[in-house]
Amino acid sequence: MQRRDRIFKWICAGCALCIGLLVPGIFLQLGLHSADAWREFGVGFLWSSDWDPAQELYGAWPNVAGTLFTTGLALLLAVPPAFVAALFVVEVPGWLGRPLSYCVDLLAAIPSVIYGMWGLFVLVPLMLEHVQPFFAETLGLAELPGGRWLLGEDYNGFGFLTAGVILALMILPYMSAVMRDVFRMTPTVLRESAYGLGCTRWEVTRDVVVRYGVRGLLGGIFIGMGRALGETMAVLFVIGNLMEVPAGLFSGGTTIAATLACNFAESDGLQRSSLFALGLVLLVLCLGIQIAAQYYLHLTGAKRGEAR
Amino acid sequence: MKNNTKISVRNLNFYYGSNQALFDNWLDIPANRVTAVIGPSGCGKSTHLRVYNRIFELHRNQRATGEVLLDGENILAPGVDLLDLRRRVGMIFQKPTPFPMSIFDNVAYPLRLHYKLSRSEMADRVEQALRSACIWDEVKDKLRESGMALSGGQQQRLCIARAIAAEPEVLLMDEPTSAIDPVATLRIEELVLELRQRFTIVIVTHNMQQASRISDYTAFFYKGSIVEVGETSRIFTNPSCKKTEEYITGRFG
Repeated sequence: MQRRDRIFKWICAGCALCIGLLVPGIFLQLGLHSADAWREFGVGFLWSSDWDPAQELYGAWPNVAGTLFTTGLALLLAVPPAFVAALFVVEVPGWLGRPLSYCVDLLAAIPSVIYGMWGLFVLVPLMLEHVQPFFAETLGLAELPGGRWLLGEDYNGFGFLTAGVILALMILPYMSAVMRDVFRMTPTVLRESAYGLGCTRWEVTRDVVVRYGVRGLLGGIFIGMGRALGETMAVLFVIGNLMEVPAGLFSGGTTIAATLACNFAESDGLQRSSLFALGLVLLVLCLGIQIAAQYYLHLTGAKRGEAR
Repeated sequence: MKNNTKISVRNLNFYYGSNQALFDNWLDIPANRVTAVIGPSGCGKSTHLRVYNRIFELHRNQRATGEVLLDGENILAPGVDLLDLRRRVGMIFQKPTPFPMSIFDNVAYPLRLHYKLSRSEMADRVEQALRSACIWDEVKDKLRESGMALSGGQQQRLCIARAIAAEPEVLLMDEPTSAIDPVATLRIEELVLELRQRFTIVIVTHNMQQASRISDYTAFFYKGSIVEVGETSRIFTNPSCKKTEEYITGRFG
């Protein structure tokens, strides 16, 4: 019996150790393979916009900017509906709320390549024929000062806004599921005491439920953000795949993940090394955001009234 | 007693779905007195109390019939302004329920809901409420700190300060000391006796000593019915019902 316990203990320890080593291992791997690119371009790689295989010049900026831009757009589009959808399914009676939450969860089960195809065949024509003309011409945004800067020079259905919409759809179920759990977590007696003071339903939600669960709500947003940062397939279909810095909502561009997926197979030498460097940048970006988020939550914990 | 009745419960029945929990309750709550509601667990004490501010309506399948008159007006009637009713009838719960905000904001919160006050008026009203709840001296130097960092007894007094800040007329207390240590319990009992001057207090308690220490009137509940109501001194010395006597002498419950 004791020997079996010891064997089990070592198996557990081994598994835990492997997981612990995985992240440093991936860092090491990416670091080693991208060493050539860093040696060649230095830190300037990060903000250089070159991408010229003929002259062997590579820079990360269009990819990084594109990644941040699509992620930002996706969050902007997805957070409000995820929040109100979660609120709705928690507050309405179960016969309505339960099937609705299943529907939201099912959105998460759709493979990202399907989202990409849907984007290409449905969303891109829709954007081209209705959405983009509406903003550019019906509203006349393109003619306003700064309009070109906001929308881009021209439109063809592809581009950052289209990618942002698809990403928003993809991350919405994750965020909504987490937020739903947060709303359910609030102790009944806490809600009751707020209602007991004469709060409306919205006041209880805004001042008590959201404050009580702010850590969870932000956690949900960061889960969505992490997914949006790394999403490849769906974005690849609709982003336009131009190695250009974002020039407006309707302009085409690329993201780190899309560039990696497009170019990795045919690359070698310095280009491959630069792609590894891009991968490293993406990893640092994701981890950096997670760590910053945790740190921020820790700092503001006391202010929001969490007992230490 | 008839002349200054604050709340008058008439023919109150209460249902959880198809389960009836209260049976034909009649009860008069005198103004500016402490009325204790006692009885064994599950006899409907809390259920009865939760009708007074209609907090039960937050839950599906809960239903009350009959009348509860607050100053002669039936609060169970349709068209009653719930937000105003709950401003007039404050509630304290079994567990302290400080909101996740600072001590100051906890008390200022109901004031912001119901009144437009300047900064200095707000600070005055918050101080008054905290003083009335006998917690001012303990928290005056840390008003900006979280209400959730206080001890359990302090949290409960903070909740009392919050409940009385908006100047309600009635205070409902649903076993307010059941989650609190004996010393803090005594402080809250003293507080209840002081607050009696300004508010009509109804307190549910499973602790008979507590009922006898702080209440003027006592209602004994058993299986959803009110068995006996009367002055506390009489109920505890000379109960007229056999059931009441058995309960207060500790033979069941």
